[in-house]
Amino acid sequence: MKNDSIRLQPALPGEEAAFNKTVSRKKFLSALGIGSLGIAAIASCNKDDDGMGNRVPPGSIDLGKGDTGILNYAYALEQLEAAFYTKVAQSPYSGITAAETALLTDIRDHEVAHREFFKKALGAAAIPALNVNFSGIDFSKRDAVLATAKAFEDLGVSAYNGAGALIDDKNYLLLAGKIVSVEARHAAYIRDLISNGSFADNTIIDANGMDQAKTPADVLMIAQSFLTSKLWGGNLPKS
Amino acid sequence: MNLYQLFSNMEKIDPDIYGRIDSRRKAIRNFAGIGGKLALAAVPLALGGLLNKAYSQSAPADITGVLQYALTLEYLEAEFYTKAVASGIIPGGAPTGALTTIRDHENQHVAFLTAVIKQLGATPVSKPTFDFTAGGHFATVFSNYDVLLAVAQTFEDTGVRAYKGQAGVLMSNNTVLTAALNIHSVEARHASHIRQMRRARTNDATIKPWITGKNPGGIDDDAVQKSYNGEELTTQAGIDLTGFVSANAASESFDEPLTYDQVIAIVQPFIKQ
Repeated sequence: MKNDSIRLQPALPGEEAAFNKTVSRKKFLSALGIGSLGIAAIASCNKDDDGMGNRVPPGSIDLGKGDTGILNYAYALEQLEAAFYTKVAQSPYSGITAAETALLTDIRDHEVAHREFFKKALGAAAIPALNVNFSGIDFSKRDAVLATAKAFEDLGVSAYNGAGALIDDKNYLLLAGKIVSVEARHAAYIRDLISNGSFADNTIIDANGMDQAKTPADVLMIAQSFLTSKLWGGNLPKS
Repeated sequence: MNLYQLFSNMEKIDPDIYGRIDSRRKAIRNFAGIGGKLALAAVPLALGGLLNKAYSQSAPADITGVLQYALTLEYLEAEFYTKAVASGIIPGGAPTGALTTIRDHENQHVAFLTAVIKQLGATPVSKPTFDFTAGGHFATVFSNYDVLLAVAQTFEDTGVRAYKGQAGVLMSNNTVLTAALNIHSVEARHASHIRQMRRARTNDATIKPWITGKNPGGIDDDAVQKSYNGEELTTQAGIDLTGFVSANAASESFDEPLTYDQVIAIVQPFIKQ
């Protein structure tokens, strides 16, 4: 089945027997209260078969399909992060310490390396340079900058974690793996700057000790609010 | 009737439908699916190849094998942090809080991997007997806080590299792959925090939340060095990153995998049997 729900739930003791029962699709449907009429109604509004669902909205940048699409998706996120930390380094927030300056500059360089890596790897298939919109961020305030940094880093981690299963080529999967752990190191550092000890607290890590994985659709919705360029991921792989 | 199309449409109408109703069942069904196949062939082989009843002699070639290997590493970390928190040498407040958080995650990883391996129809490997002094090499691991943090950092950075090295083997099952990725990034968060703790204690600005070159961060030790060798790459997929950033930043911006054999060589001294 496609569209795997990528957030794995904990297997609680005593529930295992229930999991092992195969639930047929028919039972599953009837449990949802969807009869044959409902099926007909849903099927009649299907647009995928005639390709209508895959048309790029006017003025949007199509990330593309397959692994190229996922690489462009990553390239878009790295562009966003690199632009943000470049701005942070150019106009440091008030009261920034020497240590913070050094490590936030490191992060900027890492994001620039990621951005340039994807640009070069994608070559002619790369999406254009994106226009960012940071008008809602007060770069003079530590709290505002770090809160945005935290949001970007946690989002980046969840984006790569969610993208892993969408990648076909083993080498690209490994590259994504090499990058995501660096984003996680950033996320933990930024979180600790905001509140020491929050590097992996229960606002981000679940009861299985696991990080989050988000779908491109969810990630793009959040990323879009920081961009004037319009991204479209309608051709990205779903599984 | 095109059931596949139907499910796809239902998901468009209610995008969260699987999340609310079916995610757990489906996840487990995926595991059960592979378990059935593995039970016929791969599992007996994997179990038959155990060394010291802890891990197999050869690199895992299938999902169960990778999970058993991961479980062994999580056992190591879980017991290490359990003993660390109980050692009485961790300062109260933030340091004890952080190591307790990490301990709990490692225990959760053990519980999760154990449950998944069982769902696959295999028997989870049993916990080895550990020697965290590594035969006396780290004799003061639970009496010297700095040694304890150095070992912790080595375990975390090694764990990140170990999971990364197995991603390719897990590609055939998206649910397992995603779970492993979700553990992998948590280990990286741990590594980042332990490195910050070491940086704060030593005032050594070369110890960063990320790995610079193949520098272990002020730990001068041949055994530890093995966990960092190979991290110094500045070229990825044929692209030289020093054209864009410094060599240090280039090496920091990508973490590198370790093979099964490399990881076993690193953890072997900590395993008595």
